[in-house]
Amino acid sequence: MLPIGSIAHLRTGIWCSGMSALADLAKGLAAGKIKVVDLTETLSPEFPYISLPPEMGQAWPFRIEEVSHYDERGPAWYWNNFSCGEHTGTHFDAPIHWVSGKDLPNNAVDSIPPERFIGPAFVIDCSKQSAADADFLLTKDFIVKWEKQHGRIAPRSWVLMRTDWSKKSADPVAYQNYDETGQHTPGPDTDAVRFLVEERDILGFGTESIGTDAGQAYHLRPPYPCHYYMHGAGRYGLQCLRNLDQLPPTGAIVVAAPLKIRNGSGSPLRVLALMESK
Amino acid sequence: MLERPKRKNPVLRTRLPTLPPAARSRIALGLTAAAALGRFELQQCRDCGTVQYPPREACQKCLSIRLDWKPQPQDGELLSDTVLHHSNDLFFRERLPWRLGLVKLDCGPTVVAHLHERVARPPGKVVVAAKLDRAGQAVLVALPSGLPPQESNMAEDRQLREFTCDPKFRKVLITDGKTATGQALVKALAAAGADLIWVGHSEPWKKFAGFDELKALPQVTLLPLDVTDSKNVREVAAEIGGKVDILVNNAEYHRAYGIGNRSGVDTARAEMDVNYFGLLRLAQEFGPAMRGRGADGLASATAWVNLLSIYALANFPPHGTFSASKAAAHSLSQCLRAEMRPAGVRVINVFPGPLDDEWNQLLPPPKVAPAALASAVVKALREGVEDLYPGDVAQEWLARWRDNPKALEKELST
Repeated sequence: MLPIGSIAHLRTGIWCSGMSALADLAKGLAAGKIKVVDLTETLSPEFPYISLPPEMGQAWPFRIEEVSHYDERGPAWYWNNFSCGEHTGTHFDAPIHWVSGKDLPNNAVDSIPPERFIGPAFVIDCSKQSAADADFLLTKDFIVKWEKQHGRIAPRSWVLMRTDWSKKSADPVAYQNYDETGQHTPGPDTDAVRFLVEERDILGFGTESIGTDAGQAYHLRPPYPCHYYMHGAGRYGLQCLRNLDQLPPTGAIVVAAPLKIRNGSGSPLRVLALMESK
Repeated sequence: MLERPKRKNPVLRTRLPTLPPAARSRIALGLTAAAALGRFELQQCRDCGTVQYPPREACQKCLSIRLDWKPQPQDGELLSDTVLHHSNDLFFRERLPWRLGLVKLDCGPTVVAHLHERVARPPGKVVVAAKLDRAGQAVLVALPSGLPPQESNMAEDRQLREFTCDPKFRKVLITDGKTATGQALVKALAAAGADLIWVGHSEPWKKFAGFDELKALPQVTLLPLDVTDSKNVREVAAEIGGKVDILVNNAEYHRAYGIGNRSGVDTARAEMDVNYFGLLRLAQEFGPAMRGRGADGLASATAWVNLLSIYALANFPPHGTFSASKAAAHSLSQCLRAEMRPAGVRVINVFPGPLDDEWNQLLPPPKVAPAALASAVVKALREGVEDLYPGDVAQEWLARWRDNPKALEKELST
C-alpha cells in the first residue's frame, strides 16, 4: 500500500494521462468520486469549552449577539457579532500555543506555511478502547500494531485518533466527563507522541475530545505531552473533530486552514477531509 | 389566612397593572427613602423637637426649617376607622372595599394609615410602619399590636399583601443554583412557601456540590441557564418567563483583583459579562413578561431581586474590577426599577458585605453566611423593603457612605 495514497495517485496522473492533478480532482469532485467529509463541530454557545481552574485566565466560549434581523436595527439584513477564544470549538493549535514551541520560526497561525494546512490523514481507530475506558491512552505499541495492518505512517501527515468521543458532543456533561479528579477523556501517552514526532515526522495530531491531550494528561510526564512535544517540534494540533468514523484508515486528505490571526496561537476553523468514494 | 390562589382562568383578560397615587414632593420622599430600607422615620424639628406628619417644608409648631428625618417609635392608638366602598382612583377602585384608620402616634402626630384586617375596631393599640406600596412610594400601615408575627403578617392580609412581595404560593426563578448562596436562597424560598422554584445552572459539566439535594426538593426544577449566553436567556424566558413571579438574579462572577495585580481585561470583562450584561440580558428577556403580569391576581409577578454588593456604593480596591461591575449593575438596576415601576413589580437590591465564599477567603470575618443572606432576602420580600444591606460590614459601610461618601472613598483607599 502506498503511504500517501491520494497524493501519489494525483501526481501519477499528471505524468500518465497528461491531465493535471487539479483537473482530476475537479472531475472527481464533480462526479462524486471524491467525497468531502466535514470534520467540524458547529460553533454554538452550548458547545462545551476548555475549563481551567477558576483562578486562571479562561478561553471565551462561543457567544453570539444579533446585530439586526430585518428589523429597526437594519431593515434588509440579518447579521451577528460573535466572540470566542482561539481555542473554542473545533480548533487548530499552533506551536506557539505551548511554551515548548514559543521560540520556533513560523510558529503562529499567520506564519505557518500554507502548504502545511493540507495533508494526508492516518486515522487510528481507538473507539472500542475509548468506549471501555474513558482514560484510554494511545501507546506507541498500539500505533506500531496499527501500522502492521495499515502501513507505515508517512511523514508530514495528520494522525487522527478516532475515539467516537464526538458522538457525545450533544451532551456536554458526557463530552466533558468531569468528576472530582478532573476530566476523563482519551488521548495519547508520552511515548506515542514522541514516536509520532521523532520517528514518523508527522504534521500534527488530531482528536475528537476537547484537547489533543487526554483529560488526565496533567498527571503524565511531562504534563500535557502532546502539547509539549508536538508543539515543541513545530507540529500542530486539531481537536473537537467529528465524523472520523467516516474516514478510511489511510487515503484521506485533510484541509485544515486556521484564520490568519497575527501571532495567533490557534483558531476555530472548518476542517474538511477529501476521500475517494468506494 | 391566605388561601392558595385558584388557577388562572385562561379565557379572562389578564388585568392590567394600576398603581396607587405616586406623586410626592421632594420633602415627602424622605419617608420613602427610609421605608426603602425598612426604616420608620418621620420629620423631627431640630429646634423644638416636634415630630410631624405629613412631611412639610417647615415645622408646623415653630416654623423652623431645620427638620431631620429621624427613626421614631412606632406605637400608636387607633382613633377611628372607615371602610371605602367607592373610589375614583383606579388602583383602589379595583380593590374595594378598603379599610383605613386614624392613628394617634405615641411620638405625636395623628396619621392616616391602611389597616391590617386583624386590627380590631377602635380604640386599640397598633404598630405603625412605613411601607412601599405598588408604586414604590411609602405609605403608612397599621398592624395589630401584640399578635404573633404569623398573624400580623402583611402577606396574609388581603389589603396589605399589595405592599409585599411574599413568596408564598409564588413561582420563583433563581438564576444560579451552583453557589452556596444560590442553594441557600432555594431552601429559604421553599421554606417560605414558594410553589415552584426554577433553578438555573451554567456549565453543566462542572458538577456542583449540593446538586442532588436541590433536585430532591419537590418545588425545584433545574434548568440550564447561562446569563452570558443571550440565546439561552431568550429561550429560557420564552419557556418560563410568563410564569415567573419573583426573579432572583444571584449569578455572579467574582475575582479578587484591582487594576495593577492582574494584567489584561479578561477577568474584568468576565465580571462585567455576568454581573452587568447578565442583568441586562435577563431584564430584556424577562422584564416584558413580568411587566405584563403585575396585576395577575394574588400570585402576580411581584419582585425582581438583584444580588449586588456593598462594593457597588464605593470601590473596594483589592476587589476593584468586581466593585466596578457591581456599580454598573447597581446603576442598571435603577433603570430596571424605573421600567418595572408602572407594572408594580418591585426591584429589590441586595448589597451584602463580603460573602463567606472562596473569593473572600482571605478577608477576615465578619462575612455574610449564605443562609443569612437568603433569610434577609426572604424578609425583604415579605416586608416590602427595596434596598437591603445584609451583614455587619454592609451596615457599617452604609452608615459611613450615607454620612460622607468622599470620606468612605478615602478610608477605603488607604
